[in-house]
Amino acid sequence: MLDVRILFPFTANNKISRPYQYLISIVLVCLVSAVCFLFAAYIGAQVVAFILLLTLSLIAMSFDILPVLLTALLSALIWDFFFLGPRYNFRVGNTEDKILLSMYFVIALVNAVLTFKIRQIEKIARLKEEKAQTLRLYNTLLNSLSHEFRTPLATIIGATDNLLEEPSRLSPTDSRRLLSEISVASLRLNRQVENLLNMSRLESGFIQPKKDWHDMKELTYSIVHQLEEQLIRHRIEVDIREDIPLVRLDYGLIEQVLYHLVYNAALYTPESALIRISARCPDRALEIIVEDDGPGFPEAEVGRVFDKFYRFTYSQRNSRTGGSGLGLSIVKGFVEAHNGTVELMNRLSGGARFVINLPVENFSTSIGS
Amino acid sequence: MGILVIDDEAPIRKLLEITLQSNGYTVGLAATAKEGLAMTVNDSPDLIILDLGLPDENGQSILKKMRAWYDRPVIILSVQNRETDIITALDNGANDYLVKPFRTGELLARIRSALRSATGEDNEPVLRLNDLEIDLSARIVKKDNVPLRLTATQYSLLALFGKNAGKVLTHQYLLREIWGESYTDQLQYLRVFIAQLRKKIEKDINYPKHIITESGVGYRFVAGEP
Repeated sequence: MLDVRILFPFTANNKISRPYQYLISIVLVCLVSAVCFLFAAYIGAQVVAFILLLTLSLIAMSFDILPVLLTALLSALIWDFFFLGPRYNFRVGNTEDKILLSMYFVIALVNAVLTFKIRQIEKIARLKEEKAQTLRLYNTLLNSLSHEFRTPLATIIGATDNLLEEPSRLSPTDSRRLLSEISVASLRLNRQVENLLNMSRLESGFIQPKKDWHDMKELTYSIVHQLEEQLIRHRIEVDIREDIPLVRLDYGLIEQVLYHLVYNAALYTPESALIRISARCPDRALEIIVEDDGPGFPEAEVGRVFDKFYRFTYSQRNSRTGGSGLGLSIVKGFVEAHNGTVELMNRLSGGARFVINLPVENFSTSIGS
Repeated sequence: MGILVIDDEAPIRKLLEITLQSNGYTVGLAATAKEGLAMTVNDSPDLIILDLGLPDENGQSILKKMRAWYDRPVIILSVQNRETDIITALDNGANDYLVKPFRTGELLARIRSALRSATGEDNEPVLRLNDLEIDLSARIVKKDNVPLRLTATQYSLLALFGKNAGKVLTHQYLLREIWGESYTDQLQYLRVFIAQLRKKIEKDINYPKHIITESGVGYRFVAGEP
């Protein structure tokens, strides 16, 4: 499959339109013939035939069958008229030349048809490859989802079985522990459902940010509140100037973006790591930074984190963290819905830093009281 | 106190029955809009918990119907978390809105708060809300017994919150009440004044305990548990 693609580099994309194909074919054949004509005194008619066949082969590599057939016919006629003796008419003198001319025509046709057929095969191969790609992506999604749903479900089913069937054998502490496992597992399930809904919103292409005036301080602290439980063992630092202007954005979408970033930071950094959220408003823009002083991302993975289903290899060894690999692609999708950008870099001093840049209108809060 | 639960999902009805009964409420259960409306008429519950996705009738239209003659609190419980649905329900007369899945602690707090404002405890001329005291007749606000200096707009906003403690007030409602009909899309004014008000009444402006943001919908003034 791959070889075919290398042989016909022009076929996949950048296709030239039909009228241009005719034009280029005719011009090329005429040009090559003219050059040959200038040197007709030094080269024989047979050599010219090979040169024209070569030209035809080149055209056949990238053009459709009809222009190629036209080229075959045209070049045969030109060869007959200008080069094959007697020259300057379409009559063919001896039997040898008659055989040559018919063979020229047959070779030209075979050439055209063969390359056309190869290209068709290549096209089918490409479609198959695309299908396989989609299927692989689909399988990754299903695997990831069934894992993400089954793990908490297994916890819930197992814990409730214990609580229902053996209540007398469980100490009050154990019962409480089972119950809190159930609670954690259900919250995890709920988050996955939320992610799936967001992902399907993104995939459907129907995300229209509903922008209105919002206070970044309020948004940031609301995230810190929502994640209070997850952040209990981390140090949180919020750095937003008191007089930061109001900004026009979709609160729900940007809330999700920050939620994922802060949640990830809490998940993938060790206890007592510092998570810092900062925001500032340079001219007509909003810059939000979420960074931590944890282990950061391996350099080789930095470019891949926003891919769908990406999961930090480290996280696969850590069964408590989980994640469907949808979080960061949702972040990217929601930021891009605002025509913004999100970047990940490792800090020089260690840890990950996500930088979000959004073009926004802003509104100074220092209006009269 | 009698609470009527209208929800077509049996597990949710069971969960709410156990939760509410164990907290001392008497509970009525209805699985359809028809049943729910009949029980509202016959039992006249003190509070209704209504699911929006009922099989026989749209929850929003039931809410509107109910509101023609039922004036006690209605709390919406729904899987729909779209802001427009929430705002419509509040406009149709719901007192509060909780999205499924919900924490039972949260639901109980909302019920207590809705019942408190319905029984008229909050309709005194002087509202006492934890460290805050709002004297509606004298237009004086005190925090920890120290009078606060508020501008006219700040006071109107706080008084409006105080009179509707526990209830979600939509952005549009607040803008209309304080600034007027033509300002309902000028959210930036509200944001600025909320920030100013918080600076004066909250202990830690970054952890507001009085004025709570309801993302994309509005604000709720929390009176605190008595």
